[in-house]
Amino acid sequence: MNLILLAIIALGAIGLIASVLLYFASRKFAVHEDERIGQVSAVLPQANCGGCGFPGCAGFAGACVKAADAGSLEGLLCPVGGQPVMGQVADILGMKVEASAPKIAVVRCNGSCENRPRIAEFDGAESCKVLQMIGMGDTACSYGCYGCGDCTRQCKFDAIHINPETRLPEVDEEKCTACGACAKACPRQIIEIRLKGPKGRRVVVLCSNKDKGAMANKVCKASCIGCGKCVKTCDKFEAITLNRNLAYIDAEKCKMCLKCVDACPKHAIHAFNFPPRKPKVETPKTEEAV
Amino acid sequence: MKTFKLGGVHPEENKLSAASPIRGAALPKQAVFSMFQHIGAPANPVVKKGDTVKVGTLLGEAGGFVSAPVFSSVSGTVNKVDVALDASGLRRMAVTVDVEGDEWEDSIDRSKDLVKLNDRPELDGKAIVDKVKAAGIVGMGGATFPTHVKLCPPPGKVAECVIVNAVECEPYLTADHRLMLEHPEEVLVGLQLVMKAVGVNKGYIGIENNKPDAIKLMTEHAAKYPEIEVVPLKVKYPQGGEKQLIDAVIGRQVPAPPALPIDTGAIVQNVGTCFAIYEAVMKNKPLIDRIITVTGKSVKQPSNLLARLGTPFQQLIDECGGLPEDTGKIIGGGPMMGKALLSLEVPMTKGSSGLLIMPESEARRAEAQPCIRCAKCVGACPMGLEPYLLARMSEQFDWEAAEQNDIPSCIECGSCQFTCPSHRPLLDRIRVGKATVMGIIRSRSQK
Repeated sequence: MNLILLAIIALGAIGLIASVLLYFASRKFAVHEDERIGQVSAVLPQANCGGCGFPGCAGFAGACVKAADAGSLEGLLCPVGGQPVMGQVADILGMKVEASAPKIAVVRCNGSCENRPRIAEFDGAESCKVLQMIGMGDTACSYGCYGCGDCTRQCKFDAIHINPETRLPEVDEEKCTACGACAKACPRQIIEIRLKGPKGRRVVVLCSNKDKGAMANKVCKASCIGCGKCVKTCDKFEAITLNRNLAYIDAEKCKMCLKCVDACPKHAIHAFNFPPRKPKVETPKTEEAV
Repeated sequence: MKTFKLGGVHPEENKLSAASPIRGAALPKQAVFSMFQHIGAPANPVVKKGDTVKVGTLLGEAGGFVSAPVFSSVSGTVNKVDVALDASGLRRMAVTVDVEGDEWEDSIDRSKDLVKLNDRPELDGKAIVDKVKAAGIVGMGGATFPTHVKLCPPPGKVAECVIVNAVECEPYLTADHRLMLEHPEEVLVGLQLVMKAVGVNKGYIGIENNKPDAIKLMTEHAAKYPEIEVVPLKVKYPQGGEKQLIDAVIGRQVPAPPALPIDTGAIVQNVGTCFAIYEAVMKNKPLIDRIITVTGKSVKQPSNLLARLGTPFQQLIDECGGLPEDTGKIIGGGPMMGKALLSLEVPMTKGSSGLLIMPESEARRAEAQPCIRCAKCVGACPMGLEPYLLARMSEQFDWEAAEQNDIPSCIECGSCQFTCPSHRPLLDRIRVGKATVMGIIRSRSQK
C-alpha cells in the first residue's frame, strides 16, 4: 500500500513540476501569429501552386496581411481563386480590392502536324527539355512548340493537354487559372499568361518564330513572317508591335476590331471565342489551337 | 595491362575503316564556317560579304580567353555572314564562302618535310602557346575545348606530365588510329611541343590494345625520345574520357568538380590536337582541316578523309559511295557520344571526328520499359554515380537532390544508357539535369 502511495505522490510531484515549467515556457516562447493569416489562409484555394509568386497559400496569406497593414492589397493576386477569393480576402482584412481582369494561358504556336512538317523523328525521352538539348527538335522551326508536354506535366489543374492530332498543347479555358506553371515549364517560352478578355474574347498572334520572313515561311505554314501588315491596319490603336520579325498584340490596347485577322497573309493571328462571322470575307482558319 | 578502375562497358568495336588510308577530300563548292566551333565564347566575324579570302585567312577572331579564332579553309569570296544550321541542330552565326580555286596564304609552309624540335631551338614555351592560340586549335577529340587554355594551367597548379589521348574508344571511329600510322613522327613532335609549352619532361601516349599496329609503330618511333612512353591500355569504353585516361595511365583520380584534371598534374591532349599543334607551330598552318571517319555498315567505302573544315557532310558521304538507301540515322561523331544530324547540309567543324551512317534496322531505340532496379547502370558508370537515381531526380525537377548526388560529375559517356536492359533514356534525362544544375551553380557563384 505504501509503495503505491509513494508512486502516486512521486509521479504527481513530477507532473506538477513539469506543468509549471511548461506553463512558463509557453508564456516565454509564445509565437504571436496574426490570427488574420489563418483566416485568410482558410479562404485560399490551398492548391499551393505558387502562381501568386509566394511559397504556397500560407506564404501568400502572410503577404496579404503584411500588405494590408501597409495600406494596400495592390499587386497581390491569387490567380487560381481570382476575383471572388480576393474579394473575400479583402473583406477579412477590411480592405477594398481593385478589380483585376482575369487571365489565361495562351500557347503562341500553331505549328500543327499539318502546318509544320516534321523533318526528323525523335525517339528519346519524352520531354521538351531533352529535345532542347539536342537542338531544333523534330521540326525545322527553331522557336515553335516541341509538343512533348512539359507544360501538361506541370499543370496542377488538369487544364492543359497535348492534342494528339495537332501535337500542340490545348488550354481548357474553364479549368485554367493562369497560375503560370506551364509558362515557366516551357523551355521555348511559347506560353504567355494573357488577359482573357471580355467574354473570353481575345486576338492573339499564334506564333513565336523570330526568324527572318523567308526562313519562317519555309518551316511552317502558319508562321508570322514579320511582314508588318497587321501593324499597318492597327495604326489607329497602335496595339500591334513588330519585334525581331514577330508581331505582338498588346491585349490592353486591342479593341477587337479583327482587322488584323483578315490582314494577316499567313493566318497567324487568331480570334478566340468570337461569334461566327458572316462568310463575307474568306473565313479565317478554324480555331483549332487552344 | 592498365585501364581505369570504375565501371565501363564494351560496345561492339566495328572499326570498319581501320585499314583504309587517309585520303584527301575534294574541295567543296561552298564552305560554311560556324563561329561556334568550340566551347566558350563564339568567335566574332571580321569579314563581310564580298571580301576575298584565301586558305588560312582569318574569318572570325576569338571572342574572349576561352574562345578560338576561325580561319578559312578555302579560297574564294564571302557570300554571306548570317545564321546557318550547324551540326548542333541550331541556327547560329556563320560565314559562308563561295569557293574559287585553291590559293593559300603565303605564310603557310605547305612542304611535307618533317621539322623536329631541335631544328627550331628559338621556340620557348610562351611562343608555342601563342602560336597555338593564334591558330585556333581546339580539342580535336570532339569536346572542342580551346587548347591554349589547357596549356596555361591556373596559378598554383603545376603540370607534371602530358598524356596523349590516342585511345579512340568510340566504336567505328578510326581517324586517330590512321593518323598515328601515317604521321607518327609529327604526332611525337607535337607532343614534345606540348611538353615544352607547359614545362614538363614526361609524356605518355595512351593507346588501346585494339590497335596493335599503332602501338608497335609509336613505340618504335618513341624509342628515340627517352622522355616519351607509349602505354598500351586494355580495351574499355570510355577510356578516352579525360578523367578515365588519367586514371588508366598514371593511376590518379580527378576529384569531383570544380577540381580540374590539372589537379592530378596531368595535361591530356588528343592525338589529333598534337598533330594540329605540330602543323601550327612548325608549318605556320592554322586549323583548317582535319581527319574525319565516314563509316557505317551500309556505307560502300568506309573511309578516313582529310577534309577541309566547312565542307558539307553531304559531300563527304558522296565521296564514300553516297548515302545508302536504307539509312535511318546519321550521327555526327561516334555512336556513343555523337549527335544525330537534322540535315546533311551542315558543315563539318573542328570537332567532327566522324560521320556514322546507321541503317534503318539499327537506328531506332528500343521502347523504354520500367526500371527493374538491377543497378547495371551503377556498375557501368565510370564516375561512380547512380544514373537511375539521377535520371529520376531530373525527371522530377528535383535539382537539389541531383546536385547532392553529384550530377555535375557526369561525363555524358552514355555507358548507363548503353547497358540498361530496360532501354531507359537515362542519359537524356541526366543531360537535362546536369545542364540545369550547372546553371544553378553558376548563378549562385555569381551572386
